[in-house]
Amino acid sequence: MPQIPTSVPLSWYLILSAILFALGVAGFLFRRNIITVFMSIELMLNGVNLSFITFSYKQGQNDGHIYSFFVMVVAAAEAAVGLAIILTVFKNRQTLEIDEVSSLKN
Amino acid sequence: MEDVILFLFFAAFTVGCAVNLVLQKHPISSALSLVGVMGALGLIYLQLGGEFIAMAQLIVYAGAIMVLFIFVIMLLNAGVEKGKTRNLWVKYAGLPLLVALIGLIAYIVQNVLPRGPGVNFGAFQHGNAYEIGIKLFETYLLPFEVTSVLILVAIVGAIVLAQKEIK
Amino acid sequence: MQTSTETLSASQQLWLIPIFPLLGFLLNGLFGRRLPKPAVSAIACGSVLLSFVWVLKTLSALGVFSGTLENTYVEHGFTWIQSGALNISIDFAVDRLTAVMLMVVTGVGLLIHVYSIGYMAHEGGYYRFFAYLNLFMFFMLVLVLGANFLLLFVGWEGVGLCSYLLIGFYFLEKFATDAGNKAFIVNRIGDYGFSLAVFLIAAHFGSLDFGKVFSQVKGMPVESSPGWITAICLLLLVGATGKSAQIPLYVWLPDAMAGPTPVSALIHAATMVTAGVYMIARSSPLFLHSAFALNIVALVGIATAFFAATIGLLQNDIKKVFAYSTVSQLGYMFVGLGAGAFSAGIFHLMTHAFFKALLFLGAGSVIHALSGEQDLRQMGGLRSKIPITFVTLMCAGVAIAGVPPFSGFHSKDAILGAAYQYAPWIYWAGVVTAGMTAFYVFRALFLCFFGEYRGSVGKHHHDDHGHGDDHGHSGIHESPAVMWMPLAILAVLSLVGGYINIPKFLEPMFPLAEDSGNEWTAYVSVAFGVGGIALAFLFYVVAPSIPGALERAFRPLYTLVYNKYFVDEFYGATVVHPTVDGSRTLLWRGADVRLIDGAVNGIGKTARAVGGILRLAQSGYIRDYAAWVVVGSLVLIVAMAFMGGAR
Repeated sequence: MPQIPTSVPLSWYLILSAILFALGVAGFLFRRNIITVFMSIELMLNGVNLSFITFSYKQGQNDGHIYSFFVMVVAAAEAAVGLAIILTVFKNRQTLEIDEVSSLKN
Repeated sequence: MEDVILFLFFAAFTVGCAVNLVLQKHPISSALSLVGVMGALGLIYLQLGGEFIAMAQLIVYAGAIMVLFIFVIMLLNAGVEKGKTRNLWVKYAGLPLLVALIGLIAYIVQNVLPRGPGVNFGAFQHGNAYEIGIKLFETYLLPFEVTSVLILVAIVGAIVLAQKEIK
Repeated sequence: MQTSTETLSASQQLWLIPIFPLLGFLLNGLFGRRLPKPAVSAIACGSVLLSFVWVLKTLSALGVFSGTLENTYVEHGFTWIQSGALNISIDFAVDRLTAVMLMVVTGVGLLIHVYSIGYMAHEGGYYRFFAYLNLFMFFMLVLVLGANFLLLFVGWEGVGLCSYLLIGFYFLEKFATDAGNKAFIVNRIGDYGFSLAVFLIAAHFGSLDFGKVFSQVKGMPVESSPGWITAICLLLLVGATGKSAQIPLYVWLPDAMAGPTPVSALIHAATMVTAGVYMIARSSPLFLHSAFALNIVALVGIATAFFAATIGLLQNDIKKVFAYSTVSQLGYMFVGLGAGAFSAGIFHLMTHAFFKALLFLGAGSVIHALSGEQDLRQMGGLRSKIPITFVTLMCAGVAIAGVPPFSGFHSKDAILGAAYQYAPWIYWAGVVTAGMTAFYVFRALFLCFFGEYRGSVGKHHHDDHGHGDDHGHSGIHESPAVMWMPLAILAVLSLVGGYINIPKFLEPMFPLAEDSGNEWTAYVSVAFGVGGIALAFLFYVVAPSIPGALERAFRPLYTLVYNKYFVDEFYGATVVHPTVDGSRTLLWRGADVRLIDGAVNGIGKTARAVGGILRLAQSGYIRDYAAWVVVGSLVLIVAMAFMGGAR
């Protein structure tokens, strides 16, 4: 029976971060609804945040916390503007399918 | 040992919610899964000693951004995804790619990162609001001010984009 | 002869001599359109007059007229080209040879400028004509005054340009512009030879300055077999054949008669075509060191003289007769040069300038009186109507025929005497040519002035004043004073010019041969000349039916000679058409359109093709782009990991 470690190894957090990021990418690639795609982007950002906090713990400094804070702020701003864009696209195209917004084809 | 169990529990919850987000058909279900992810992540942050960040995550992310998402979903009356999927090359190459991505990162992390002390709840003491505040307003003052301008620009942009068309 | 820079009390400002005509060109060229005709004439003739006066002043100050000019007087301008060891500067030099040329160019040039005031009075483009004429004077003076080969070449090219501009003066007529093109292009071929000669001189002597080159050459032995000096001399000769209309590059001169008659007189009789003769005389040290080249010069000269004289026998256009006569007389000058009698060649250059310019100007006077008629068959019996022209032209005729004691006799005798000492067969060929010269000149004069008038000018004046004669007068009348005054001056010079003893004057430069005691050569040539005149008198005054009978009897020969031996057609078929067609198909369609345009367009087409392929990656689907980003990031991570950059 493998011994359960007393403290959580740091690498587990990073692997969790990688999984979240990869799932975000998957959602981005495979979902067709624009809003879902957006949410996948938020998922990716969260994964990265976790990475920052982890490394900050490792270093013993709280700089990573600051970066993570800024990421959150930027994500908020981006979400606001992005959702406004989605609203506009919906107004013009009457659709939320990402595949139908393809007039830049070729 | 409690830390490990707690971590595993929350990590599983997070991954489960994330998978649910990707797999659900209705956007509102995805949104609620995302809220779950945010919450669980906040608790993980807490374990890493990031008290301020955990609170910020819950308040800003889960509280504000996700509410924004849900409002927009309600506004647009988004329904279940309809129609046939386009024949993308991604459908067949996507999963292997993802597995490759995760495997690669895991491999790097395991082999490159030096084995150090693990994470214990309470070992990191610098994540409280006082320390963060000092850092924010002393070392990182300029980025702080710049991000406030950024938010202002975002507000203006969002208002301009979403207003009614002027006939 | 030593060359040194004379330190006189004050510099002679030689540069002023060509500058006056240049100023005239600039003034007339820029402002002439708005100036009234008298102002244009004043500027043009005034500038040449100033130049002439300055020449007189300079030459007398240098002691030319008192016979004391010994060394070459050089005025150093500024350094033009400094390249390694080669130093070429703008220098003007005057020695005895230059003095002769300066007097001829400015003097005869001035007379022709004055004549043109009358001749061109009713032509359009009056100011343009005088501007070009002044520009020509500038370049010719640069050519004559230049103290190095490059400056000579500048003048050489410049007079070629002015010749082109003036031949094509009536640019609305295609035959005039064609003639201008022909003159320039044929000249260019000669210039190519000249340029090669200049390169060789620079390579072998390290300098283009006359003084330096000739002093080096004099130290070299005479080349017994063809070597470098021979090559240089032959290439110089190629240039001279182009400019002085010798075989094989003479074909432009008869066509150049398309220009106004003063142009024919100035450029194609008195000055430009003599540039080749001047150049060879100037390069005499080089030629004296290559017997082979001198032989070629003499051969070319006598061949051209004989050949052109035969063609001139049968031409019907009065200007064409005199054009072929010019080619023939230039051949004489080359014979003189080739026989080693450089001073005799220059002597003939001077006398030829007098009587040939007179012949052309007189022909212009006749044409002017007949309102443009140039065909001898349409003339006749004009001696009572235009007496001054008649008298002056007869003076020119006896001069060119070599009748003593007029000028042509002295110079031709000098050449023929030297030719006999050099190679007797050349002498006999030259004597026969002299006979032919006398014949065809007097044929033209008799056809023009004697007999019954065969033309149609003035015949309708009963019905219509001003018809066929734009002066509003009726009939044929003498030219105005501004035209016959130069004729008179030239007539006097043609008669007495032989007494200006040029060979003696040029003796310090070109040593005279000792007297050979062959006086009979002179008598024989005079006999041939007088015989030619008599024969012409017989054919065209006494018994005018003889020429027609002869023509019918020798029909094929007549046709051959009348059509100039079909030389132009031959050149056209062998040189001109292959070049033009080859250029059109090979160079234009092949190289230019297919290769160059193809390459340039091909680059464009390739860019479009590549773009066409690359744009397929833009599917327009955002998810495709995202997938590409993932792939790219994977590749980057792998690369970084394997390069050890993961830490």
